[in-house]
Amino acid sequence: MLRATLTSMLHRKLRLVLSGLAVVLGVMFVSGSLILTDTLSRSFDNLFAGVYADTDVQVHGEPKVAVDEFEGEQVPATMPADIVDRVADVPGVASAVGEVEADGARVIGSDGKVVTSFGPPRLGVNWGGQGGLIELRDGRGPSAPNEIAIDAALASNAGLSVGDQVGVLTLEPRQDFELVGTFGFTEDRDTIGGVQFVAFTDEVAQELMLGETGVWTAVDVKAAPGVSHEQLRDDLTAALGDGYQVRTGAELAEDASAGLRSGLAFFNNILLGFAGVALFVGIFLILNTFSIMVAQRTRELALTRAVGASRRQIVGSVLVEAVVIGLIAAGLGLAAGVGVGALLATLAGGFASLPTAGLAVPASAVISAFTVGVLVTVVAAGMPALRASRVPPVAAMQEAATPDRPLTRLSVAGTATLAAGGAMLALGLTGNAGGQELWAVLGGVLVCFVGAALLTPLIARPVVSLLGRLFSWSVPGKLGRLNSGRNPRRTAITAAALMVGVALVAGVGVILDSAKTSIGGLAEDAMDAELIISGEQTGPRPPSFDPDVLDRAAALPGVDTVAGLYGDQAEVDGQTGFVSAGTDLAAVRKMFGLTAESGTVDTLAPGQLVVDSRTAEDRGIAVGDRLPVQLSRGEPSTYQVVGVYEWLPIFGGFVLPPEATANFGIPQPDMGFVKLTEGTPADQVQPQVAALLADSPEVSVTDQNAFIEQQSSQLDSVLTMIQILLALAILIAVLGIINTLALSVLERTREIGLLRAVGLGRAATMRMITVEAVVIAVFGALLGVVVGSGLGAAVVGALGDEGITTLTLPWTQLATYLVLAGIVGVVAAVLPAIRAARTDVLTAIAYE
Amino acid sequence: MSALGNDGVAARASDVWKVYGSGEAQVVALRGVNVELARGAFTAIMGPSGSGKSTLMHCLAGLDSVTRGEISIGDTQLTGLGDAGLTKLRRDRVGFIFQQFNLLPMLTARENILLPLSIAGRKPDRGWFDTVIDTVGLADRLSHRPSQLSGGQQQRVACARALVTKPEVVFADEPTGNLDSRSSAEVLGFLRSSVHESGQTIVMVTHDPAAAAYADRVVFLGDGQIVDELTDPTAETVLDIMKRLDTLLLVNAGELAGSDAGPVR
Repeated sequence: MLRATLTSMLHRKLRLVLSGLAVVLGVMFVSGSLILTDTLSRSFDNLFAGVYADTDVQVHGEPKVAVDEFEGEQVPATMPADIVDRVADVPGVASAVGEVEADGARVIGSDGKVVTSFGPPRLGVNWGGQGGLIELRDGRGPSAPNEIAIDAALASNAGLSVGDQVGVLTLEPRQDFELVGTFGFTEDRDTIGGVQFVAFTDEVAQELMLGETGVWTAVDVKAAPGVSHEQLRDDLTAALGDGYQVRTGAELAEDASAGLRSGLAFFNNILLGFAGVALFVGIFLILNTFSIMVAQRTRELALTRAVGASRRQIVGSVLVEAVVIGLIAAGLGLAAGVGVGALLATLAGGFASLPTAGLAVPASAVISAFTVGVLVTVVAAGMPALRASRVPPVAAMQEAATPDRPLTRLSVAGTATLAAGGAMLALGLTGNAGGQELWAVLGGVLVCFVGAALLTPLIARPVVSLLGRLFSWSVPGKLGRLNSGRNPRRTAITAAALMVGVALVAGVGVILDSAKTSIGGLAEDAMDAELIISGEQTGPRPPSFDPDVLDRAAALPGVDTVAGLYGDQAEVDGQTGFVSAGTDLAAVRKMFGLTAESGTVDTLAPGQLVVDSRTAEDRGIAVGDRLPVQLSRGEPSTYQVVGVYEWLPIFGGFVLPPEATANFGIPQPDMGFVKLTEGTPADQVQPQVAALLADSPEVSVTDQNAFIEQQSSQLDSVLTMIQILLALAILIAVLGIINTLALSVLERTREIGLLRAVGLGRAATMRMITVEAVVIAVFGALLGVVVGSGLGAAVVGALGDEGITTLTLPWTQLATYLVLAGIVGVVAAVLPAIRAARTDVLTAIAYE
Repeated sequence: MSALGNDGVAARASDVWKVYGSGEAQVVALRGVNVELARGAFTAIMGPSGSGKSTLMHCLAGLDSVTRGEISIGDTQLTGLGDAGLTKLRRDRVGFIFQQFNLLPMLTARENILLPLSIAGRKPDRGWFDTVIDTVGLADRLSHRPSQLSGGQQQRVACARALVTKPEVVFADEPTGNLDSRSSAEVLGFLRSSVHESGQTIVMVTHDPAAAAYADRVVFLGDGQIVDELTDPTAETVLDIMKRLDTLLLVNAGELAGSDAGPVR
């Protein structure tokens, strides 16, 4: 039986190629993601191992507020300067050196713009001389307060050279320094992982990066000869007591890369999610291929049954076929994934100036490639295998007419599945899934897709017939339309595969568009400021600007009120979260239209705070409560709640008085709002405010519309990202269309021959196939748009509480998907159409 | 038959050779066939299996190309016509009836009948359409799909489709091969009546003497050559010739192997 199966497969190898291709692409995506993240992860390990290679032990303070890396940046803890002496006194210490290292040293390049970073920190450090990793390239280290040295890569990116006057933004507004030197790193590196280094003299580094002199962020300790790093660490820990982190170089490297690894793992999960979608779509394609092949082989199967094969053997033979395809495809997919993963890792490494580790194929990639590849194929082949086993032996003697099976059972199952999916989705969206909301939503979407796919055959005939009318003006068009309606199951599965990808893109589009309109509308309604000062955030650190600008803007003619907002990650009453502070609560209140629910939200004296109604409710906070607050810097202090304001989607959280900002991680405002006096045109004041921002190049001043536009453009890039990641799923669906058409053309050789005999030209034959493809593709896209809009609308409905109150459908976008589907149909039809046009009339009509 | 003028000839084959394959695998299907098919007549081409009768019909109908020689339909030389030309010729001037798989399953009987006209973008002649439908007796079956029709009814739809375009020649390839004797009689009956009442030209390939008996003239093919012919045949006379042909061919087979059975370039 096995031999018969394999021989029979060889005869149909071409037909198996396309369905195998779906698995190859899906597996490629899976193993590619795994290899990409594995390579990057090992590259970071190498990087940090190198960075800390010369480090014996380092002492750090405990951070005031421990910040999750997805929430923001950790502000480094400082230690008083006498720590160096205390460390030096510990036996076994050969030397101890105080160091400053903090993110937020932003260099203004020769073009007047801040050199941006898409992730790696922009460190301000004290110049500790050459040695260790540092190698001077040009000039010397800074020795006077107005001198700096920067790393070679930064110098070249910023277009700066030794002798230039360079503006640097730190905790303080812009200050100018003389660039006295550039440095690289050992092994002739210009940069370490894209991190920007600005080296100041000790005191300047302390003042500008930490906000006070006489403190260090780290003490670098060298062990005396014969003392192991671990021993030294333990001795130091014992000697210094609580409140310090003492780690060896190896531990520091491990901690540093562990932080990045968790980010990579998150990234990897996202990629795997999209790979999952691609494989899910692949299941449709394989299911269809196997179904068609089983249908075409009815006689062969019946004959096998007639000569004595059992049902089990038939199922087995189909499944063996699936396993073989799955194994081969998984192997190819793994190979392709290794290539793609390595290529992407090199590209990403180049982008992040990260020397990539050598190629290695992690076991996880191999295991998942084969598991996923085989599992997907076997699952997809299961149904057709069962159907094959139900072919009665007598079918061998009959005309191979497949009667239309009723769709009742399928449709009932589809309705039930859709309802189950809807229920899961509802539970997830309303937060009633017992903490598994995300899984409930994702599972619900998946189950909804299966339900919709099961219902598709039922609606295929009427919808396809309706769609087809668009093309029925010609005979080939009419024939194509009729062909696409002939086998509703086949058309349905093919279209459903396309539906999945389009539905996800369309659903996300609906959610983002609704979010844009809702937030935009809210901002327009609520925000009572004509001009807004803000900048685009590219890394973990928000852009900020000189607070003096606010005062000077307030003094401009035509300006009514000015308010600035500061933000920090702080620990309030034991919980870490975002807090803000306004320069003037009354102004903030006016501009955002805040209303007091209890207490007062008009003014804040030092030691007072207000909070939004939701947070108050969640955490049981009421006016009059006294809450301990630890900001990024400084000592903990107690604040009294004086008011609770009504939560707004664009404004929430604890609001502290302006005095608190001195201890914020970034003691500079990140947004400013300018309200003009009645009748003052915005474009008259805007250039004046812009002039004030000359030394704060991270931000710019825009009018309200441009601000909203700027904010929503970030959502657009999210959509683009998702479109790119779903492209593979859609590509697989297109393969499905090609596959279905190719198999149909093969099946209808006689008909095509007849049509050619009675005078259908080659071009017309191609047109007929093309119309069929276009009808299927547009049908799939239409389903996707409808299902996606439905899912999107459901999510939007559930997000009403989060301020997404307006459901808007991105009509242009949705229409574009339909048009694109039409084009995709034309492209998918090319090969099958050529094949059909080449049909040899004589062979086609020859008797069996 | 050479007495017939060009006006009276619907299709002609002049010294037609057809060779499949090359070298060892070479098969000569037609060896210099000369035949003229009269306009307004019902001609049957007969012969035992492998005699080349189907090949001859395919060549005459422009479905297959000839290796040597010339085919013409009316005044048109088929040799040298490209695919587009042949397609147009088939569409506008030739009708086909095949043994099976004759209809498109997704079209109704009426749509199947009108298919060649639709492809050509021509309006059906209402009166002629009704005449044809009446003749084949399908007036009450027009909105049925092929799966709802019996074999005989399907073949009558195919006949109607071949006739509705008023082609110069209708080629029928074993049109009754899949039908029982009653259905066969019906189909053959109106094929003949379309010739005698409407002046249609029909060329039919068959191996059934009873079917050939409906024709005005029977051309006998044996081993790729025309070996005999008969006018106003009956089933008996056809059968006689067929029997004679079988013995003749057995004798010839020996001679031919030694003579001109060699490859034809």
